[in-house]
Amino acid sequence: MSTVWADFDFVLLWTDALIFALLAGVLGLAFFIRRREHLRAPWRAVAQRPMAMGSALVLSVFVVIGLLDSLHYRERLPDSPADAPHYSVDVLSVFDALVGNLRTQHEKTYSEPLAMQLYAKEFVQRDGATVREYPRLEFGGAHLQHADARQPDIARRSLIGAAQGLAISMLLFGLVAIWRAREGRVALGEWLGAWWEGQLAGPGRTLVLIAALLLMLGGVLANLASVYHVFGTDKVGQDVLYISLKSIRTGLVIGTLTTLVTLPLAIGLGIAAGYFRGWIDDVIQYIYTVLNSIPGVLLIAAAVLIVQVYIESNAELFDTAAARADIRLLALCLILGVTSWTGLARLLRGESLKLRTLDYVDAARAFGVSHTRIISRHIFPNLFHLVLIAIVLDFSGLVLAEAVLSYVGVGVDPSMYSWGNMINGSRLELAREPVVWWQLGAAFTFMFTLVLAANLFADGVRDAFDPRLGGRR
Amino acid sequence: MLAYILRRLLYAIPILIGVNLLTFALFFVVNTPDDMARLQLGAKHVTPEAIDRWKIEHGYDKPLMLNAGASGTAQFTDTIFFQHSAAMFVFDFGKGDDGRNIGNEIRNRMGPSLAIALPVFVIGLLVNITFALLMVFFRSTYLDLWGVVLCVVLMSISGLFYIIAGQYFIAKLWNLLPISGFAEGIEGLRFILLPVLVSVVAGIGSGARWYRTIFLEEIGKDYVRTARAKGLSELRVLFRHVLKNGMIPILTGAVVVLPLLFMGSLITESFFGIPGLGSYTIDAIQAQDFAVVRAMVFLGSFLYIVGLILTDISYSLADPRVRLQ
Repeated sequence: MSTVWADFDFVLLWTDALIFALLAGVLGLAFFIRRREHLRAPWRAVAQRPMAMGSALVLSVFVVIGLLDSLHYRERLPDSPADAPHYSVDVLSVFDALVGNLRTQHEKTYSEPLAMQLYAKEFVQRDGATVREYPRLEFGGAHLQHADARQPDIARRSLIGAAQGLAISMLLFGLVAIWRAREGRVALGEWLGAWWEGQLAGPGRTLVLIAALLLMLGGVLANLASVYHVFGTDKVGQDVLYISLKSIRTGLVIGTLTTLVTLPLAIGLGIAAGYFRGWIDDVIQYIYTVLNSIPGVLLIAAAVLIVQVYIESNAELFDTAAARADIRLLALCLILGVTSWTGLARLLRGESLKLRTLDYVDAARAFGVSHTRIISRHIFPNLFHLVLIAIVLDFSGLVLAEAVLSYVGVGVDPSMYSWGNMINGSRLELAREPVVWWQLGAAFTFMFTLVLAANLFADGVRDAFDPRLGGRR
Repeated sequence: MLAYILRRLLYAIPILIGVNLLTFALFFVVNTPDDMARLQLGAKHVTPEAIDRWKIEHGYDKPLMLNAGASGTAQFTDTIFFQHSAAMFVFDFGKGDDGRNIGNEIRNRMGPSLAIALPVFVIGLLVNITFALLMVFFRSTYLDLWGVVLCVVLMSISGLFYIIAGQYFIAKLWNLLPISGFAEGIEGLRFILLPVLVSVVAGIGSGARWYRTIFLEEIGKDYVRTARAKGLSELRVLFRHVLKNGMIPILTGAVVVLPLLFMGSLITESFFGIPGLGSYTIDAIQAQDFAVVRAMVFLGSFLYIVGLILTDISYSLADPRVRLQ
């Protein structure tokens, strides 16, 4: 599963391959929709909603980080010969390369966010005597001479970062404004006026505001993270910001790849049951009642225990720890998919039951159109909005489920970066004195942001696509 | 009515058989007793003798489906399938890895589970309906809009956060209630309050939003317009008409989960140290005690099917338009 190229050994994990396949599928679908007016209309309605577009922007930041984190490689060990290279066992990603020393700057143990000292006192040798004090961090705030300089330094760096972010966003907005004004053949001032009044199509002001805020936040983080641990460090001294960012990919994989399993099952079986009725319907209903009646967590637990046994007894199949963790992640998606298709299948069955009695389906049947063609041309397109709504609604639930499953012990591999593992590993640290809260705080904040954005976006999509809702919210 | 219930009960049997076969396949075919033994014993102690001993101890030393060595009906009864899977139909769950009888454990732990799950269910239902009615009363105002946004925000917070934050602030920082634990009777009340509070708050977001949609669907209907036209106040319309009709989907949705309350909540119970079925299950998963997990799967499916039947019955009771046949 890997190709060699100069100093790097590119590693294509299974989930990477599927993520990029999914990305290609989404892009293909977008291209398909772009060229069909009736499919484009509801998306345009989504684009009119400030809340939906703002959350889409936030989501896209997460997606970009997740994608960058899905391009994996291994570095060549420095002392191995070029013609017969040996590669490090650490699987890195492009994201790791971009964040640079965030990954490598380990402290000894816990330290508070933006701290320059460890969180607990230790015995240190100083001037020949042993004193008990807070030892300085190796990397966090190492450029500072004195503790008094810390707060002004943080303030200065934050200001600079915010200003940089603001400048970049202004520049980008200026370019967009010039481009749009030219396109519309109006003067720039006129266009800006119309934009400010909210007369232009699309959610202008909110979107620009959110984009500017995101860029400013990015600027502040980038400025601070180069010399501090913005969210502190964890038990083994690793930067919590880095762990939280790495966890994005895990969350996205679980939220999206699961639907790859869900969709074929739900669409195929749901439509088949509703369209063909009779014994096919009975069998499919039986299958999903059986699956549904088993408590979800238990079915997942049982399946994950089995996968674990399989991986442990076939350890030789996986050459790196990352590959092993990756297979477990994939298996988790598979299992979540198998347990969660029943709801959508039931919905699609009900709708197909209604659709098959409609006149145009009757007409098609009278003309001798084959079943596959009726389903693909007449039934499925009329169910597509339900499928889409289900995908976006399920996403946030799956991201949240990951945390719970990791707590139960049937989630992703314990060695994998995930918010669930972060929470699980640090929830007992609240009992410490002083309280170690930053890991929990970071994990919950990231998870909350992603899920909230996904939920708001899902609301926008549902409002635009569900014909029953009409104009009512 | 009686004939209908009987028929539904008969229909439940093939589903339970399906669940049974599926769990049997998952636990014994895909994953053989040898694998289980290896996992349980750990890498260091794996010898063929140790595996055999483990299998004899747990009664897994028999053939899976068909015992060719035995004669007569023993060919079928002296197998893993009959003794460990089919036996569950008479609620004989056997023993867990700790040697205790699973059936007894389940009976003892149902009480504590219910002590948490029942108040959460009832209070949650009341609170969610109240919030939903409030939003509907102020519909298409900013109050409603921000109410919905608040619901989405509450929904987006991980359930673990509610528990951890509740334990940290209410129990540890402000010392209002004990962090975890359980006691029988009236002095157990102080242990129950915090988990119930946390679970209700955690459920408000999705619950209130869902009920609001149901009420809004009702409020667009003709009978509501008629009620208003005859001069009823908005409050009266809401409580006498919309609430009553909206309760049909709400109640039927609630009845399904009613039997499952016995199972308790995995996460809540394990965080708050409640000795109920939820924490029993989670301990079994973490200790990889397959016998207990299998028993809980069967029990859960059984209760779910009971819930389905109850739903159908409650439908016909709550809504005279529904005829059972």
